[in-house]
Amino acid sequence: MRNSLEPKPQRSAALLVVVLLILLAGLLQWVYFTHAATAPGAGLTALAQAELPRSGVTNPVTAVLLNYRALDTLLELSVLLTAMLGIWSLGPATPGYQQAGAVFAGLAAWVVPLLILSGGYLLWIGAKAPGGAFQAGALLAAAGVIQRLGGDPRASLPNESAQRWLAIAGIGIFALVGLATLVAGRGFLDYPLAWAGWLILLIETFATLTIATLLTAAYVGGQPPPSQTTATPGMHRMQAPDRKA
Amino acid sequence: MTATLALLIFDVLMLLTLLGLAVATLSSRDPRRAAILFIAFGLWLSLVWARLGAPDVALAEAAIGAGLGGALILSAARRARASSQAKARAPTPPERTPPV
Repeated sequence: MRNSLEPKPQRSAALLVVVLLILLAGLLQWVYFTHAATAPGAGLTALAQAELPRSGVTNPVTAVLLNYRALDTLLELSVLLTAMLGIWSLGPATPGYQQAGAVFAGLAAWVVPLLILSGGYLLWIGAKAPGGAFQAGALLAAAGVIQRLGGDPRASLPNESAQRWLAIAGIGIFALVGLATLVAGRGFLDYPLAWAGWLILLIETFATLTIATLLTAAYVGGQPPPSQTTATPGMHRMQAPDRKA
Repeated sequence: MTATLALLIFDVLMLLTLLGLAVATLSSRDPRRAAILFIAFGLWLSLVWARLGAPDVALAEAAIGAGLGGALILSAARRARASSQAKARAPTPPERTPPV
């Protein structure tokens, strides 16, 4: 059962890849060691720890992601959105898997609520311990993947227009908070101290929903199927999509 | 002394297993096998991150890198196999091949 994707690559090409990788690794090592030589010590760690009481959260990683470098996180969400737009442009999704049997359905009935609960916990605990929007969103998306494997062609996501709103909700709230701080005469995403914790929680909540939607939609792998085709038992896996988009 | 030596051996084993998984993933010619090895690699990498004292990165790697990335790659491998089998079944001109 050989099903390699491509013909055997050329020997010289493989050698070239190895040489380039070794050069890249050497370059990274050089950058690291020259940086370590010019800037000895802990870098920005001391500064980040010192500013922590003014960030609204007590977990330094969340402080970096949602306060100090919040713009980077906003752009990361945009990257995910762009990826999903690319996936949707591939056309309609495949119909999905056949309905799950009793064992898998029973497993999903236990695991999916547990994943949702764990996602909410990670979102909440992210303010003071490891956790946060990306991990919580990934757990919710895992619940969606399980639903898709269990025969739901849309992986428990709502209809297409609601998916579009969910996909931009996190980015929209993020940008609105940034604009509000601008209007209030502060910098973009420069939260006032009294509200910082709640603003971060607000942004992270919607970011979790957006991340979960985007990742699940990526797993569905195409524009969502219309709602009337949900879960008819005669749906076969790996059936070529014969309807036109 | 013995504790540090044991930790050193533990770290070396972690790293060697990680490198072995990486080589096995890259040198596997069956896409499905490579995807499953990639998931194992991601889970092991999250253990290494936890050992390095970065639980945030470990969580993200296990959930996104190994879990969802692995699921995406597995479904892509399944799709690639389905399309290559369809191509092999119908050796007629490639005008009907789906642009996936």
